[in-house]
Amino acid sequence: MTLQITQMLDARGLSCPMPIVKTAQAIKTMPSGGLIEVLATDPGSVKDFAAWSRTTGNELVEQTTDDGVFRFVLRRK
Amino acid sequence: MTVTTPTLEQAVFPAVDPLATAIADAEGWPETSPAPDDLVPTKTKELVIVNWSGDLDKVWPVLILSSTAAASGVRCRVFVTFWGLLPFVKDEKRIVGENWMQKMLTLMQRPGIDHLKLSKMNFMGMGPWMMGTLRKQYNVASPRELLEAATAMGVEFIPCQMTMDMFGLKREDLIDEMGEPAGAATAIEIMTEADASLFI
Repeated sequence: MTLQITQMLDARGLSCPMPIVKTAQAIKTMPSGGLIEVLATDPGSVKDFAAWSRTTGNELVEQTTDDGVFRFVLRRK
Repeated sequence: MTVTTPTLEQAVFPAVDPLATAIADAEGWPETSPAPDDLVPTKTKELVIVNWSGDLDKVWPVLILSSTAAASGVRCRVFVTFWGLLPFVKDEKRIVGENWMQKMLTLMQRPGIDHLKLSKMNFMGMGPWMMGTLRKQYNVASPRELLEAATAMGVEFIPCQMTMDMFGLKREDLIDEMGEPAGAATAIEIMTEADASLFI
């Protein structure tokens, strides 16, 4: 099944906490159930996106790593 | 103590109709009640930070934590007191205060979010300059950017009325995003009601 990603966020190069802050701001504009893809290079974001997903209830659908770039797909609660 | 005995009418027609109870107990009738989890309203998590220090290396984490809290759906309030109030003075203000002692204070410690000093290794501004250079090199958000993000996401900054009086700060000296000034009792109330509170 392919995921219908409606929004993209490039947070590459940004340090903590900006990838999370920008994701939170972007996801606010999306409808419930909408999917957002976030790219980040901050190694701390792997743990942080998982924690943020647990705190907010926005589901972390997919997480992949490609050559130092972390990709997260999140579904808005 | 009075003991009430049921009247004949109550005994014959009890308030709880056994027939209705039997029907209700039957499977699928009435509609199945929602799971208890759905009935209990979940309380928004709350974080309170007391921003006491005006140092770069302390205001910075306050802004990082408060903006992240807001981004995580956690209600965050920051009680801004003592030295911690000076970074929240408007940019265009250089010397604030009413008497000479208050003016001396801001003459020695320049107010505003862009003029923070380090608590250690300040070296007449050399430390903060190096910190700023490293910050840019590693693309870390500045205190100003974080403050803008925090206020945009609804972090409430509450200035301490007593500090304002003592430093000779008026409401209009502080950035517009600041909330209504309050005192220690307000700080205690919000701290004790919060899920976590920090003094930085």
